[in-house]
Formats: sequence, C-alpha cells, structure tokens
Amino acid sequence: MSENEAVIEQIHIHRDDEGSKLGMWLFLFTEVLLFGGLFVLYAGYRFAYPDGFVAAASEMNTFIGAINTIVLLTSSLTVALSIAALQKNHKRLAMNLLWFTLFCGLVFLTNKYFEWSHEIHNGIYPKGPALDNMSSGEIIYFGLYFTMTGLHGLHVIVGMIFIGFAMNFISRDIITSTNYQKLENAGLYWHLVDLIWIFLFPLFYLIH
Amino acid sequence: MANDSLAALQHTEPNFYQYRGKHKGILGWLLTTDHKRIGLMYLSAIIVFFLAAMTLGVLMRLEMLSPGETIMRPQTYNSLFTLHGVIMIFLFIIPGVPAIFGNFILPIQVGAKDVAFPRINLFSWYLYMTGGLLAILSLFTGGGAADTGWTFYVPYSIRSAQNVSMTTSAAFVLGFSSILTGINFIVTTHRLRAPGMTWFRMPLFVWGMYATSWIQVLATPVIGITLALVILERAFGIGVFDPALGGDPILYQHLFWIYSHPAVYIMILPAMGVVSEIIPTFARKEIFGYKQIAISSLAIAIIGYLVWGHHMFVSGMSDTGRVVFSLLTFLVAIPTGVKVFNWVASLYKASIKFSAPLYMVMAFIFIFSIGGLTGLVLGTLATDIHVTDTYFVVAHFHYVMFGGMGTMFFATLLYWFPKIFGRMYNEKTAMIGTTIFIIGFNTLYFPMFIMGYMGMPRRYYDYLPQFQSWQIVSTVGSWILVTGILILIGNMLYALLKGPKAPMNPWGGTTLEWRVPSPPPLENFEEIPVVTGGPYDHHRETYIMHPGKELKHNEGSGEVKH
Repeated sequence: MSENEAVIEQIHIHRDDEGSKLGMWLFLFTEVLLFGGLFVLYAGYRFAYPDGFVAAASEMNTFIGAINTIVLLTSSLTVALSIAALQKNHKRLAMNLLWFTLFCGLVFLTNKYFEWSHEIHNGIYPKGPALDNMSSGEIIYFGLYFTMTGLHGLHVIVGMIFIGFAMNFISRDIITSTNYQKLENAGLYWHLVDLIWIFLFPLFYLIH
Repeated sequence: MANDSLAALQHTEPNFYQYRGKHKGILGWLLTTDHKRIGLMYLSAIIVFFLAAMTLGVLMRLEMLSPGETIMRPQTYNSLFTLHGVIMIFLFIIPGVPAIFGNFILPIQVGAKDVAFPRINLFSWYLYMTGGLLAILSLFTGGGAADTGWTFYVPYSIRSAQNVSMTTSAAFVLGFSSILTGINFIVTTHRLRAPGMTWFRMPLFVWGMYATSWIQVLATPVIGITLALVILERAFGIGVFDPALGGDPILYQHLFWIYSHPAVYIMILPAMGVVSEIIPTFARKEIFGYKQIAISSLAIAIIGYLVWGHHMFVSGMSDTGRVVFSLLTFLVAIPTGVKVFNWVASLYKASIKFSAPLYMVMAFIFIFSIGGLTGLVLGTLATDIHVTDTYFVVAHFHYVMFGGMGTMFFATLLYWFPKIFGRMYNEKTAMIGTTIFIIGFNTLYFPMFIMGYMGMPRRYYDYLPQFQSWQIVSTVGSWILVTGILILIGNMLYALLKGPKAPMNPWGGTTLEWRVPSPPPLENFEEIPVVTGGPYDHHRETYIMHPGKELKHNEGSGEVKH
C-alpha cells in the first residue's frame, strides 16, 4: 500500500510546461478553425451579396464597436503584464492586473448587451419583423452577425472563467513565479479572444 | 535460480487491474486517469455501440429482403439508416482504434508512463459517453431520430420534423471528445518519448496515430461549427443555410465535407498503423520501407485534407473545381499504394507465422484494395456521374470503412488481446471466425457494386423486382457476417474467463509493449527505458529496460568505455 501511495505521488509531480503550452496552442488552432468555418461563410456570402452587406453594416454603431476594440486590446495588455509581474514575484500587482482584465471583459459584454438589445428592440434579429423588408444579403449579414458575435461573446465568458481560475490558483500559491504555465495558458486564450474580435470588428462595422 | 525468479515475481508490481488507488471498485474505473483503464472503458462502450449499430444494419438488410414493406415503415427505415451511420461513424469508426488502442498502446510504445494530459483524457471519455447517450436518446425523444442520413444535408435537415437537433448535438459533443484525444496524443508523441526514441525509431502505429491526431485537431472544429449552425438554423432561423432566406445549401456541403472527408483518414490511418505493426511481427522480419510508410501517413493526412470536393461532383461546382478535386483524389492513391506495396514486400522471403491477426490483415489488404480501386471509379468525373447516390457508393464506402477500419479493428483486438487482458484466445476459433467474416463481408457488400452499377439508388426504402435476387444475396451475406463477428467476439469473451495466461511476448513482437508484463503494471515501466535502435529489429535487442541497473552494472565490470 505504501508503495502505491508513493506511486500516486510520482504521478502528481509530473510537470511539463512545454507540453502544456503545446497542448494549449493546439487547442487554439481548433478555436481558429471553429471560427474559420464562419469566416468562410462570411467570405462566400459577402462575395454573393456585396450590396446587402454594406446596407446592413450601416445599421451598426461603429463608436461602440471601436470602444469595445480598445477595451479588449487593453485587457490583452494587462494579461500579458500580469504574467510579467508574477514572474518578478509581484503577486499583488499580478492579481490587480487580472482584476482589471476581468473588468474589461465585463465592460465589453455590457456594451455588447446594449448593442444587441438595441437591435432586437428595432426588430433586427433572426426572423424578426424588420427583416421582412430586407434583402437576402441583409438577412444573411444579420444571421452571421448574431452567430459570430454571439459565439465570440461566449468565448469572452469562457476566457473570463479561465482567468478567474488562474486568479484562484495564484491566491492559493498553486501558480507561482516559477510555476506560471497555467496563467500563461489562460493568457493565450484571452489573446485569441482578442484576436478574433480584431477580425470581427472591421468585417461587421467598417465595411462600406 | 528457481528461488531468484520466485523472488523476482514477488517484487513485480501489481498489474493495472490489481492496483488499488484512491478509489475502490467501480469508482476506481470511473475516476481513473490511467490511460490503460480509460482505453478499456472506451473498448466496452465502443463494442456496445458497434453491436447496436450492427443490429440496426441487419434490420435494414432484412427490410430490403423483398420489395415493399417487409418489417418496418418507410419513416422508421429513414431513421435507421441515419442512426446506423451516425453511430457507426462517430461512435465506432472514428474513435475505435485511436481511443481504445491509441490510449492503451501508444504511451507504452513511446516509452511513457501515461499520456501527456491524463485528466483531459478522462474528460474526453465522459464527453464520448455524453455524445453516445444523446445519439441513443434522440431515437426515443421528440419526433424520433433524424431521418436525414448521417450527412445532415440542408435544407432537408432544417425542415425535417424529426429530432435532428439532438442527433447533431451528439455529433458535436463527440467531435469535442475527438479533438481532446488528438491534442493529447500529439503532445504525448512530442514530449514523452523515451530517451533515444527518435522520430524514425517510433513504431509505425505511433506514426499513424500522430498523423491521425493532426487531422482530428485541424478538421473536427469545422464540422463542430457546421452542425452548430444547423442547430441554430432550426432554433432561430439565422438564414445562412436556408435557401428561402438567401442561404446557400452548397456551402453547407463544402463545410461538411471539409471535415468529413479528412475524417475518412482519421478512420483508416490508425488501422494502417496497426497493419504495419502486425506484419513485421508475424513475418519475423524488419518492415520494408519504414521511412516511406511513416511519411506516407503524413502525406495521406495532408492530401486527404484537400479532396473534399469529390463528394460534390454533381452538387454544382465549376468544371475547374471538379478537375482539380478529381486530380487531388487520384494523388491520395499514391501514398496509399506505397503502403500496400511495402506491406506486401515485407512478406517477401519472410519466415511467416500465419496466425489469426495476420490472417485478418490479409483480409484487410484484399478487401481494402477492392474498396480503394472502386474509389478511383468514383473519383473519375465521368464514371462518378453514372454511379452517384447508388448502391455502388454504399458498397465502396463499406469496403473502405468497414473493410478497412472495421476489419482492422478486429485484427487489432486479436493482436493486442493477450497484452491487454493477459489471456490467450483459441487461435483456431479465431481463424474460423475470420473466414466466416470474410465470406460474409463479400457476400453482403459485393452485390451492392452490381446493383449500384445497374442503377439501384441508395437510401431507398423500396425497389424494382429486378433487383430482388441480388438483394437476397446481400441480406443472406449480412447473416453470415454477423455470425463471423459473433464468433470472433464470443471467442474473446470466453478467453477472458477461461483462456490460458498470456506470456509477456506471445507473438515475438519487437516493440516496447512486448517488453512489459501482460497485463502491464500501473506505470507501464519500472524505469523509463532507453532506446538504441529501430522498432522492428528481430536480431538485436534495441531497448535497455532498466537503464539504471544495467548501465551501473556495466560500469562496475568496466566493459563499457565512455
């Protein structure tokens, strides 16, 4: 029995930061391909309905979109800074930077909430009354808009949960200045969420 | 001497069945992170799903025994062929070899104690079970299982009153499970190879699994989003696939096949990997063209990613597109041919021990070659138009999928059964089962080539009387095939209970899994071995199993110079 316990302990000390990072990057590949399918659809339909897409995009509030872009870019910066802070053993600073990241995520979602409710209020949603008078291009545009920003919003929430776990691990000293791969992985995920938004913003808000 | 070996026995670690961890009994299995136990949990689930889907297939064949209604209504028939396809593809063929044998054997073959992420490994088993239960549940809830065929083509899958959303979400969850398994194996192969195990010293099964894992990672997300869109389309009407709202059903087909064609190689590459293990073992000879076989796995994976359009030759595509896709399709035949010729060449002038796993491999090469060659008929633009959506296609993909992966699933089970369970099965019964399997298989599916060529459409509930004689032959074939399968499985179940104990290396294999006890101990190796040569060397020992002891011993005697 005591030998078996020793065996259990051996399993737990197995640690491979490089492997963990590799696994995370592979997972990010899959996320890129998940959105890739949607970007392919976007490309296909924008090619088929260039006018409808431009007409529909005029309904978008570019200002809120731009604010959200700035908010997400800032949050990506603070995640990166928090890893640097932790590596230099500034645990408190790292935690504060992560709190700020979560705050940015929340601001982003709130903005998105107001944007969506404004559109839904105006009858713009799949099968909504406003879509009855619209061309196919516009209907598809809004179908893709709600799907892609919705899926992205879901990823923002998941990213916030990852960061929340990382913060919990930091406070319990599971993530430390010498063992920070879990935080780096959460950060990588957050950067991906940011990256996808950088493509969504021009494709939906800035076309004319 | 006798005392020494007795002492050695007492010091041997308990095998992974005997091991008592934190949890006892059933929880010791359900909460395990041991790759071997997870592999066995996959095995038991996959066998159950396989038998279920096989039963559905037999019922479908029974319905086709005579024209008109034989045993079921048309709607039931539509649901049956859909569920048969969904279960066979997503629950049996895709995870079959990777999830069971990849989990059990791959870490041992590379000289590791476990996969890179053991807990994620367990998580993907739970995802697999969730997906499986959703698929089964869709049969009994809502309007019944989807009746769209396993391809879920729009716009019908949007309009169908059946439970399409649940069936597609099952496939979605299963895809997630498949992705996590793929990530796990890639990282394991990169990071956990034993010292001295260079890329070109890896067993070919590991190469096959490595190529497969890349396809799983790079292709599966695309079907994930596509099926999610079908669900969204049904729930909210987002319009992207609905022609009434301006959507384009052809785009659905593209996205679907961008995953589902590479998935064909997810099914076959691990099986080809096992062929490359079994042949050198029973030929007592190094495999011919090791590097070519290894690289051809990657080549198949890469080219296979770019040929999806050949499923859509009649769907509406530019001539340029069709010619390019047709050409790329032919290119896949090259690395596949490289493999087949190398396997056959490995048997040349070998001292062959003809046993059950090798017999099954011979069946595989024969059946798979028919499947592969008829694939060229379908890849050629002109001939494809004649046989599109006929039984010819059904026959072709059963020859490559069931004949390829399904046959190799049983060969794999026969090959690694002694290692996994520590028991020997009755070889003669296995040979008889295999013979019946081969006869049944060809009786069942070969008439479909003929019927398809004569114009019998696939997925039809009813048919003209002129097809009946061939339909009867095919249905009788299904009974023979099932008999063969039941003999094979029954033989192994009997061995599990009453079979004699298996030695460490019953076949004389040269890879690492044959250097550890059967069944292996919890952590596979007492010490991580050191690898000093290629995987199929029958004349020279290429593994140092206890580098600590052996190297120290050598140092003491002064035989090794540094």
